[in-house]
Amino acid sequence: MNTKAWSIKLHPMYGGLQLEDHKTGSLTQGLQQASLPPQLLLPLKQHIGVTNKALVRPGDRVLRGQLIADSSSPISSPLHAPTSGWIREIAAHPVPHPSWQSDTCIVIDVDGKDEVLPSHAVDTQNLSVTKFIKLIHDAGIVGLGGASFPTSPKISRGDNLGIETLIINGVECEPYITCDDILMQTYTDEVINGIAWLQRILKPASTLIGIEDNKPEAIKAMKQALSAGNLDNTHVVDIPTIYPSGGEKQLIQILTGKEIPKAKLAFDIGLFCQNVGTCAAISRALDQNQPLISRIVTLSGDGIRQPGNWEVRLGTPISHLIELAGGYLDNQARRHLVMGGPMMGFSLSGDQVPIVKASNNILIMQQQTIPQAPGDHAECIRCSRCADVCPAQLLPQQLYWHARAGAYDKTEEFNLFDCIECGCCSTVCPSEIPLVQYYRTAKSEIRAAQQAKFKSDRARIRFEFREKRLLLRKQQEEERRRLKREALKKKIPQVLNDDSVIDPVQAALARVKAKKQEQPVANPPKNTTNLSAAQQRQIKEADARRRTAHEQRA
Amino acid sequence: MILAILTISLMAGFFGLILGYAAIRFKVEGNPIVDRIDALLPQTQCGQCTYAGCRPYAEAIANGEAPINQCPPGGAATIVALADLLEVEALEANDEHGEHHEIPLVAIIDEQTCIGCTLCIQACPVDAILGSAKHMHTVITDECTGCELCLPPCPVDCIDMIPVRQTIDDWKWTAPKARPDLAHEY
Repeated sequence: MNTKAWSIKLHPMYGGLQLEDHKTGSLTQGLQQASLPPQLLLPLKQHIGVTNKALVRPGDRVLRGQLIADSSSPISSPLHAPTSGWIREIAAHPVPHPSWQSDTCIVIDVDGKDEVLPSHAVDTQNLSVTKFIKLIHDAGIVGLGGASFPTSPKISRGDNLGIETLIINGVECEPYITCDDILMQTYTDEVINGIAWLQRILKPASTLIGIEDNKPEAIKAMKQALSAGNLDNTHVVDIPTIYPSGGEKQLIQILTGKEIPKAKLAFDIGLFCQNVGTCAAISRALDQNQPLISRIVTLSGDGIRQPGNWEVRLGTPISHLIELAGGYLDNQARRHLVMGGPMMGFSLSGDQVPIVKASNNILIMQQQTIPQAPGDHAECIRCSRCADVCPAQLLPQQLYWHARAGAYDKTEEFNLFDCIECGCCSTVCPSEIPLVQYYRTAKSEIRAAQQAKFKSDRARIRFEFREKRLLLRKQQEEERRRLKREALKKKIPQVLNDDSVIDPVQAALARVKAKKQEQPVANPPKNTTNLSAAQQRQIKEADARRRTAHEQRA
Repeated sequence: MILAILTISLMAGFFGLILGYAAIRFKVEGNPIVDRIDALLPQTQCGQCTYAGCRPYAEAIANGEAPINQCPPGGAATIVALADLLEVEALEANDEHGEHHEIPLVAIIDEQTCIGCTLCIQACPVDAILGSAKHMHTVITDECTGCELCLPPCPVDCIDMIPVRQTIDDWKWTAPKARPDLAHEY
């Protein structure tokens, strides 16, 4: 095609750093397929959003691709069994998380047969856009660049908004990580097919595939695939290697010169950004009817015998991968595991934690690179180097002062939430202040306060509603009593109207009084007065009998 | 002289009319400071402050009848927020009113022991207990404010206060610490 004739003017991004990329180590070998471990550990939540509910029970047999956990929330992503086996338990296990805490995982005993769930192929020729988006959701696809935000809500928001440019992110700017590089070299067709699907859904005017110029092989492979000419207005753009050009906002700025306004999304300025890994996953879901059950993970760092890239089933313990890669360089030495790169990654509690959808890289270092809880640090000398390198054009020093003092409302005024946590400021700080850690603390405190506020507002509404309800009930009760009293008042005069007596009690008393007055007080009549002669005689006889009976007994 | 007095009187009358109109036109219903204080209170409605709920306490604070340190569920954070709002000194929390729990508590009913007397339902200020006479009661955990008002009426003592279950999503990053004694090599 006419790729040579086409050219684009690149725009500089703010700040940034030129870092040693350390990428060659893991690129010496091509993509390798990881064997199945004896057991898979699948955290229920591997995405940003609402936690899934397990749909299987211990003892169930599952097949590869079978849905095992899901949620009804739109901001969620279902989970599928990466291989066939038996559910051992659903219990808390250590997961890759900066807190080093455990979370609920589905544990599958792998049976080694890798039996696929029989499924009928979907006719993708005549499907509506809504149906495509549902298929993408059902396949459990999340952004594979590292943030793992569910892809379907992201796309459905962009649908029908008139996307001007679709940006495909193959930048991979963080040192040590090479999984997207190897993906573009190995699964070029799947990436291209995934882009084709996105183009069909979003109908962008043009598509730009941004790749850093330290990945010549990937650029070559992608350009070659594009030269077949299946995609219209689609171009590979090699951009200068500077960290963090792979951030969504940074890549958009480099390719289009546009900045996403505060609290807006890329759609709002007619753009849509998607990672190359996500594109490949979309192609697998729609072309091969295969949900997201595996991903490419880079094993890198100076503590591993054979760094490289592995296609791994989700849930594979990191220890299994490290074994495949020849083990730790020095088993005795102190080692340090990080998920993600050395700039934005976080340290892991150990190698028993599993690979999840967000695991792009496992860094195995001999030295401690990213401590879980940074120790004490020296004071800020106000050199302002942090401000020079900040790609979001923030004032890291101001943010630091306010975050340190706990003045979180002030950090918000200094646009804390525009911080992408790229780590440039912490890297250049001569006092080695873990600045990003301060910002993360401030962010989590603000989010917790928002949640508490939300809860207290709910409690207030419920309390006020209850007060209102009780008051209403009391009023109703009073009204009922009042009506009853009135009814009685009306009733009594009607019955006793003729006697012209109003109060029944008074009437009764009056009756008693009247009776008392009628009765003669002295000499009440006895039953022995006015008797006949025969009766007198009978009495006399009875008295005589009683007397004789008395005398005889005596 | 007379002209000056006349002018000033006329102006005074004119501005008086404007002020009088403004007072009617822009009259504020209710007491906005009470709303603002109420918004800062945790809304547990527990009555530990000796008032019949968060709003009555807010009214008492606004009227200067109560100090700002009588809210144990709010803890130090609420006292600081109230002090900021009212521009008064942040006081130490008053222990007499109760203890502040770092992890909030929620009520849980032992459903085996519950006799279904409905007394706790009547005591709950936020309608967070579900049940009916002679039927088992249960607490809607998400709505429970942990006010403990359901504990005293229970005749069989089957309600317990437990800390809210913390999930991995509730976890917060901890702030690093500065050490002024770490010397610079500059």
